[in-house]
Amino acid sequence: MANVLVNAPKTAKRGSVVEIKALILHPMETGFRPGPNGRIIPRNIIERFTATWNGTEIFDMEMSPAIAANPFVSFFAVASESGTVGLRWTGDEGFVVEERVAIAVE
Amino acid sequence: MDHQMDRRRFLAGTAATAGATAGAIVVLPFGSASATPEAMAAAIRKVVGDTPIREGRVSLDLPPLVENGSTVPLVVSVESPMTEADYIKAIHVFNEKNPQPGVFTARLGPRNGRAVVGTRIKLGDSQKIVAIAETSGGQFWSARADVIVTLAACLEEAT
Repeated sequence: MANVLVNAPKTAKRGSVVEIKALILHPMETGFRPGPNGRIIPRNIIERFTATWNGTEIFDMEMSPAIAANPFVSFFAVASESGTVGLRWTGDEGFVVEERVAIAVE
Repeated sequence: MDHQMDRRRFLAGTAATAGATAGAIVVLPFGSASATPEAMAAAIRKVVGDTPIREGRVSLDLPPLVENGSTVPLVVSVESPMTEADYIKAIHVFNEKNPQPGVFTARLGPRNGRAVVGTRIKLGDSQKIVAIAETSGGQFWSARADVIVTLAACLEEAT
């Protein structure tokens, strides 16, 4: 039930470098804040974001509570061959979300 | 401004302690959970070991004056050919006054083409941010930036 927004070019020239931007809806609760009842709200964050290009891992990011709510990540990738970019977010409370975008390389 | 921050933090801490019922887990005031410049230095040492860290090659872009610490855009870019022989292996970002010194660690490789990573972070106070890049050859390059935060993250009550 997670909302994901991915911005990547649909087509790219072979060998060019493309930017991939990804945004996901998530509270990134730090585990350091008191809630309305005065108790600390338990930590609930995304711990890891990974990106693959046709199954090969190209980018990986370990997150901490210091990443803002609704984590946004941008990175670059060499458009080597047409295929699928797979994005995967995992975190506390069994959070797993996967998203795929296709990029055609000419 | 420092004075005002201390007062806010104190109030937030007091509210937390007062809210905890007797016999429940002791809730520490927010301020006591802060990382320190020493904690940041220790966290950096853990990553780089004894290797010397050199200034340069890394550029850390974030606004010098931040109105709302809850979302601060940050971009780390590192000069590197990003070829099989010479690339940036990892980018680490640290802070000195959030509750924990680590912000993120990104792992890259030649398939990234450019060693640039952008994200948005939270800042609990005005502080120094450090970005460290690790090359495939095992060298470490760094950049630092000072940020002034008017409204800190974490202090507002969760709803």
